[in-house]
Amino acid sequence: MTIGIPRAFLYYKYHILWETFFDELGINYVVSPETNKDIIERGLRHSIDESCLSSKIFMGHVDYLIDKCDYIFVPRMQYLGNDKETVCTKFQAIYDVINNIYREQNLNILYYSIDIHNKDTELKAFLKMGKFLGKNKAQVLRAYYIAKQAEKTDKMLAINNQKLLLERNDKLKILLMAHPYNIYDEFIGKPIVNYLEELDCIPIYGCVVDEKKALDKAKEFTKTMPWTFNKELVGALNLYHNDVDGIILISSFPCGPDSLVNDMIIRKYQGKPIINLTLDAEEGTAGLETRIESFVDIIKLRKKNHVHE
Amino acid sequence: MNNIKVNFPRWASYNVAVEHLIRDGLDCEYVYGPPITKRTLELGSKYAPDYVCTPFKYNLGSYIEAIENGANTLIQIGGACRLNYYGEVHEQILKDLGYNVKFVNMANAKLAKPLTFYDEFKKINPNLNLAKITQATLVAVKMVDYLDKIEDYIRENVGFEVVEGSFDNLHKEFLEDLRHVKDKKELNVIYKLYLRKFKNLEINKPKNPLKVGIIGEYYTIMDDYSNHFIEKELAKKGIIVKRWMNLSNSIFHNEKEEEVKKKIRKYAKFNMGATAMFTIQKAIEYAKDGCDGLIHLKSFGCTPEIDTMPVLQRISEDYKIPIIYFSFDTQTSDVGINTRIEAFYDMMMMRKEKVK
Repeated sequence: MTIGIPRAFLYYKYHILWETFFDELGINYVVSPETNKDIIERGLRHSIDESCLSSKIFMGHVDYLIDKCDYIFVPRMQYLGNDKETVCTKFQAIYDVINNIYREQNLNILYYSIDIHNKDTELKAFLKMGKFLGKNKAQVLRAYYIAKQAEKTDKMLAINNQKLLLERNDKLKILLMAHPYNIYDEFIGKPIVNYLEELDCIPIYGCVVDEKKALDKAKEFTKTMPWTFNKELVGALNLYHNDVDGIILISSFPCGPDSLVNDMIIRKYQGKPIINLTLDAEEGTAGLETRIESFVDIIKLRKKNHVHE
Repeated sequence: MNNIKVNFPRWASYNVAVEHLIRDGLDCEYVYGPPITKRTLELGSKYAPDYVCTPFKYNLGSYIEAIENGANTLIQIGGACRLNYYGEVHEQILKDLGYNVKFVNMANAKLAKPLTFYDEFKKINPNLNLAKITQATLVAVKMVDYLDKIEDYIRENVGFEVVEGSFDNLHKEFLEDLRHVKDKKELNVIYKLYLRKFKNLEINKPKNPLKVGIIGEYYTIMDDYSNHFIEKELAKKGIIVKRWMNLSNSIFHNEKEEEVKKKIRKYAKFNMGATAMFTIQKAIEYAKDGCDGLIHLKSFGCTPEIDTMPVLQRISEDYKIPIIYFSFDTQTSDVGINTRIEAFYDMMMMRKEKVK
């Protein structure tokens, strides 16, 4: 049996957890390749036109995997904490969306569901999934805890590496405020990261952050924002902004949460230079280069003037 | 009298109930924004984030117009989608525009702790009286219920009115009379009176008229300006309109989540967010109930409703019932809508002929 893991959406936040879990249980899996033209086209073909670019990309990865595995892995989540600690409704609906779009193909979907309001914790969700995979409770528990440890270690390493970058003063440091599935995606975020590096800047990732600390910091920014992932980013802005030279907000068109949150950041945040970039399938990153280049030029100029003062 | 002048954005017919709550429950003046017009949307679009959903823009425009009418205290509510964050952003935008108003955001309150709503009401008028606000809330809730019942009747019958405009005129009178209601007793009298009046309006209903079920996004489906008066367009063609989604049904008369899930199990395993479950449930119900077509309404980019579309497509295939999707943004034109309704009407007619 082989599990197909779409390299999109939650993959970027949870892939260490998932891959270690499956490895420990001895389950085969295949991850779809980096987003490419074929995947984008598949995604566009199978999505409702108005869906956000990131979800179209997810759809493309699912479509790519269909004849290459026995089960497609589509976890869903709703409430990640008490009260209104939630995620974009896309992540609540994704399992059923895939199921309906591919009804004729009779897809086998492997999933787990997290919903704290229904007491479905991550642990419980993984136990259920493990049972579905035919493993006993002890095996699943062991795999889950090893996977959690691996996840924790990976995060810690990434945060520590970034800390070193934040201490550097030889180059401009640009904070990238974007969901992991956007900033690490070959089509959406990578071109921006590469271009910044070409311009001799150090990219700093808002999504590489101690999540608990970030969520706590976010309280200074908002009382009613319901989306955990956005709150983590807003908290990261608070934690990192002193150590960077500029901030780029990146979202995929027409992301529901980002449509409001990024506007709010532009309105409320005062300090470092900041721009807001929105990507859609037609334009991609073309045209963005000029904006990024002039943004970096302005920062350089300001810095120079500042030194002269 | 204090100088607190309260407004809640224009939304369907519900502002009369908000007015009652503010006036009789909080002892404050209620200020209406003017009815929504093109200007409302233009104002909202000008200052709102580009690709936020349209209700946000309507609300923002409506706030600005209410401020122009003298409002100094604005209310927003919370919800299960972007709506929950509306208030914070509205407040910030209005502040950035230089308006000096008090903003009371019910999204701060927690449904699980009803007293937190009391705390929010207190922000509107610190001298409020718990007994009074409770009383007025009960009347306002009942008023919404009656409004919805009357409008259900209108949707079933207005397409067959003998005197053009008779339903619309009576509806306006009804709303005006609701504004002066003082207590539950008066409310009951008004409701019964108008129910009778509506039932006495002459109609000429054919034996087997076309019937459509409307489903979709919370704000747009209920607010007639936002959906370009689509129900009126359908009525003009002599179509019965079924629409379960309204304020009272969605809050007070809905089934438990587990029950809904059972009914839609064939199509959806999980809660797909916001009111998507109801959209699916009602689509199935209308299809089974012999509706001739389904109409799905939403504002552009409404994620939970976009995600119901693949499901609705399946329901349409399984029950062989035609469906048409409308997505409203600031650029939507009446002409485009009417042409599509025309074509949909023809399709439903042909299907009906065939079934005969």
